[in-house]
Amino acid sequence: MWRYVLPLAIFVGIAALFGVGLTINPNHVPSALLGKPVPTFSLPSVTDPDDLLSTQTLAGRVSLVNVWGTWCVECRHEHAFLVELARAGLPIYGLNVKDDRAAAIEWLSRLGDPYVTSGFDPDGIAAIEWGVTGAPETFLVGSDGTVLYKHISPLTRGVWERDFLPLLEEHCGPADCPFLAAVGGP
Amino acid sequence: MRTLTWLLSSWLAFAGCALAVDAQEGFDDPVLNERYRALIREIRCPKCQNESIAESDAPVAADLRREVRRLIAEGASDDEIKTFLASRYGEFVLYRPRLTPTTLAIWAAPFVLLGLGGLVFWRIVAARVNQPLDEELPP
Repeated sequence: MWRYVLPLAIFVGIAALFGVGLTINPNHVPSALLGKPVPTFSLPSVTDPDDLLSTQTLAGRVSLVNVWGTWCVECRHEHAFLVELARAGLPIYGLNVKDDRAAAIEWLSRLGDPYVTSGFDPDGIAAIEWGVTGAPETFLVGSDGTVLYKHISPLTRGVWERDFLPLLEEHCGPADCPFLAAVGGP
Repeated sequence: MRTLTWLLSSWLAFAGCALAVDAQEGFDDPVLNERYRALIREIRCPKCQNESIAESDAPVAADLRREVRRLIAEGASDDEIKTFLASRYGEFVLYRPRLTPTTLAIWAAPFVLLGLGGLVFWRIVAARVNQPLDEELPP
């Protein structure tokens, strides 16, 4: 009896394993920083070299950290939505990577500046600390300074509602996140 | 036609050694250079996932190579460099995953499967040994 059942069981087991394996998106690599504190970094601001964006800046409130560059076409695509979120009161910090300062300033003045501060990282040094693989990427940082989520590719309204809002609702109430209703929350 | 085939196959022969690294990037010290070359072949590019950072042209691969050079120059060990990169980009970037509870299955699987195969083989052979020889022969 088991000489017939066992091969069948092995086949079903392997088929199930392959079935799962084939439906997993291999490009989805969760950030190694999830649940960990924001990495140590310090960058001068794009617009004012004396102003600093650092680990300390991000402590104490829920915020987004958005990786961008003027060379990045997809960043252009998500920019309007970032501006909209910023207008609603959500603090967004920028990580401007591998860019030219003048071009970055021009971009912000032309398309609107959604960032509280944008760190200027022309060599991608801080980007490595953040485990950045390219742009655009967006991190959700909790008020305790831990990384709650990382999204690779443009932040669209769909992505925002599906992935970010539930986390935001879970990690901050209307009291510490007064912008919650304005960005689509309850 | 023959020339074309020959040309194509000779190109293919070189395909394996297409590296993104230019010769300027290494170290003058041959020992350090050897370590650098070996390390960058073992680190997977997080952007283009089927290439090592030695092969990839992605900007992040160039950044990671630079980071590896900086760490080697600062005297970090291979293990420290791998730990540093894995802490930022995940265990995923190491082509040779380290033995941890989560990677145990990958490391143990070949031996477990080999053992199972051996067991099946042994059982089949043992069953045959016990059979009288003349039963298997046609009359």
